[in-house]
Amino acid sequence: MADDSLDTKRFPHRHLLGIEGLSRDEIALLLDVSDTYVDQNRQVDKKVSTLRGRTIINLFFENSTRTRTSFELAGKRLGADVINMSVSDSAIKKGETLIDTAMTLNAMHPDVLVVRHSNSGAVQLLSEKVNCAVVNAGDGSHEHPTQALLDALTMRRRRGNIEGLLVAICGDILHSRVARSNILLLQTMGARVRVIAPRTLLPTAIENLGVEVFHDMKVGLKDCDIVMMLRLQTERMHGSFFPSVREYFHFFGLDYDKLSAAKPDALIMHPGPSNRGVEIDSEVADDYSRSVIHEQVEMGVAVRMACLDLMTRGIGDDPDQRNL
Amino acid sequence: MTSTQTWTAAMPDDTVGQTAFINARLLDPATDLDTSGGLLTDGEEIADFGPQITADSVPDGITIVDCGGHCLAPGLVDIRVQIREPGEEHKGTLESAGRAGTAGGVTSIVCLPDTDPIIEDMSVVEFVARRARKIGLSKVYPYGAITKGFGGKELTELGILAEAGAVAFTDSNKAVADATVMRRVLSYAATFDLLIVQHPEEPSLAAGAAMNEGEVATRLGLPGVPTAAETILIERDLRLLELSGGKLHFAHISTGDAVDVIRKAKARGLNVTCDTAAPYFSLNETSVGEYRTFAKLSPPLRSEADREAIVEGIVDGTIDAICSDHLPHDEDSKRLPFAQAAFGGVGLETLLPVSLELYHNGFLSLNQLLAKITVRPAELMGLPAGRLKKGAAADLTLFDLTQGWKIRADELSSKAKNSPFDGRLVQGVVLRTVIDGRTVYTLDN
Repeated sequence: MADDSLDTKRFPHRHLLGIEGLSRDEIALLLDVSDTYVDQNRQVDKKVSTLRGRTIINLFFENSTRTRTSFELAGKRLGADVINMSVSDSAIKKGETLIDTAMTLNAMHPDVLVVRHSNSGAVQLLSEKVNCAVVNAGDGSHEHPTQALLDALTMRRRRGNIEGLLVAICGDILHSRVARSNILLLQTMGARVRVIAPRTLLPTAIENLGVEVFHDMKVGLKDCDIVMMLRLQTERMHGSFFPSVREYFHFFGLDYDKLSAAKPDALIMHPGPSNRGVEIDSEVADDYSRSVIHEQVEMGVAVRMACLDLMTRGIGDDPDQRNL
Repeated sequence: MTSTQTWTAAMPDDTVGQTAFINARLLDPATDLDTSGGLLTDGEEIADFGPQITADSVPDGITIVDCGGHCLAPGLVDIRVQIREPGEEHKGTLESAGRAGTAGGVTSIVCLPDTDPIIEDMSVVEFVARRARKIGLSKVYPYGAITKGFGGKELTELGILAEAGAVAFTDSNKAVADATVMRRVLSYAATFDLLIVQHPEEPSLAAGAAMNEGEVATRLGLPGVPTAAETILIERDLRLLELSGGKLHFAHISTGDAVDVIRKAKARGLNVTCDTAAPYFSLNETSVGEYRTFAKLSPPLRSEADREAIVEGIVDGTIDAICSDHLPHDEDSKRLPFAQAAFGGVGLETLLPVSLELYHNGFLSLNQLLAKITVRPAELMGLPAGRLKKGAAADLTLFDLTQGWKIRADELSSKAKNSPFDGRLVQGVVLRTVIDGRTVYTLDN
């Protein structure tokens, strides 16, 4: 159960827009509080009233089932009122702009907006126009902070410490917000990060982010503690990024042969939903001695509860925040 | 030629003993060896060579070939050949390319992927390699296509094709026109350290063109392609190469501007190489004459100034290699109004004598010239060929350096006869071609 000191700690940011800008202590606090919610979520009675009276709106401009459900469950277990809005199929079709939507929702006095958008930077833009706290649930190819936090929580609970781990992030780094948030978080926490991908799926100057770059899975996975596979979006499967699913799997799909280069107890992670036979072999994905893919989903709810909890602790204390 | 040509297919199962080639002028361009001596093969490999190998030094029981003082050099490596099999066997076959190749001293051929089906699938890579081995003449290594159906949009499975045996990748006589696709091609190929070979011609400038743009085209009333079409694509691709990393090779360059641009790019340290084909340093646009369709090539024969610049590029090393750009056509494809006739000429059998003009005219030493048609193209394609080396495959050509003859298209041994060199007087005759220690071709003078 949560100890007193954790209960009273404050998160010094109004929004959670990305991992960028978070200190090592702040990340550790988020993970510490998340740990308490992991325990709570394993109880028969999972619900508390910490956020009773608060309103959370899940504002999703891009389709998502897993992340939205995870945030919804997190809010409900904390006792908040949670509304889901999928904007892609309503307001945008009527010609409403992002800022129109934000102002409209703002007038309803939500306490937290959880926002996903297909454009990088859109969540930040929205956060500048509303009075409530904003949590980035993924913006374009920029950041997905709660995914990086849940990945970190999974690693920390399995390995005790993130510092000193050697983590390989494999696959479509170019289009991945998960990769960017993970690189930032893991480096802040003292892990070493490698990226492994064909050159066409690596963004320019990625090495300037402090990662080691590899194009050969077996070389890049050597001695790794964590093998993090990324989802290959179906719309990238045809065209000039790479020739075919068959070739992609042959060179970059995680199978036992490639995995053998990593440490014998290396953990396999995937943000889900995974494409079996594309970026990961079914056998490997289902190897519960190695694969922690389902555990990541469990950690996701706890991490999102911790974020919502910490970000709403200051509400009401700061008169400016209410009267912007 | 009135002399007798004989081919003997070398089948891998045939036993092959030891052969001593004595009384030869040994030439190895890789080490600049040029000496009188002999060469001993044991099985499929070169066992020894040098001045010490003479008629007296060879033990009994070994086959002896007296080279009569002629040149014994590594077999030629021709990196741009269209074979036409599978798909267009009426124009050319693996066997006909093998006969033409060995008659020209060419022991290794890198064949273009525009067969039917296109070489964009590992089964076709394997088919070509297996068929060529069964024919037992010149060794054949395939290029794979860069984009599916040469469509210029979707990549082929470059990695898997390379594992199956494709030595490099090209869309043959089509340039990858879209800059974003080309950038990704270079970038993706760099992932696996694969070589991309580009046909350097901006297609929108070449549409409908039949020959080089200029006075000759104007007088003939033929639509022309400007030399800028070549320069523009090369300059663009060099910029993309700087972005993406990787290895890029420009095929059959034909203009002085292209030589300049590539020379500067090499000086800047870019990983770029290029070749030219025999017609571009030996012929110019006047060969089109009265609408001679055998002189309709792609890229087209250029001006005399361009031809001279190509020679200069070969001499100063900007141009790494010389290929034949062998493109067989049946008569129906060439016996047409010039604008409608097909592009391309055969060249496997004439690569050596036409290239030797650069030696006879004093531009290059014999070894410098041979390097452009043996070891250098082999290095570009990563082939274990083009050198005299102990333990290397005994792929050799024996040629008479000075004998003169007249190229007659209808006497060529390839199935197709569309040579742009028809009627040309040349010096240098291949007397014998050896592949994997077995003599596969001889000419009895």
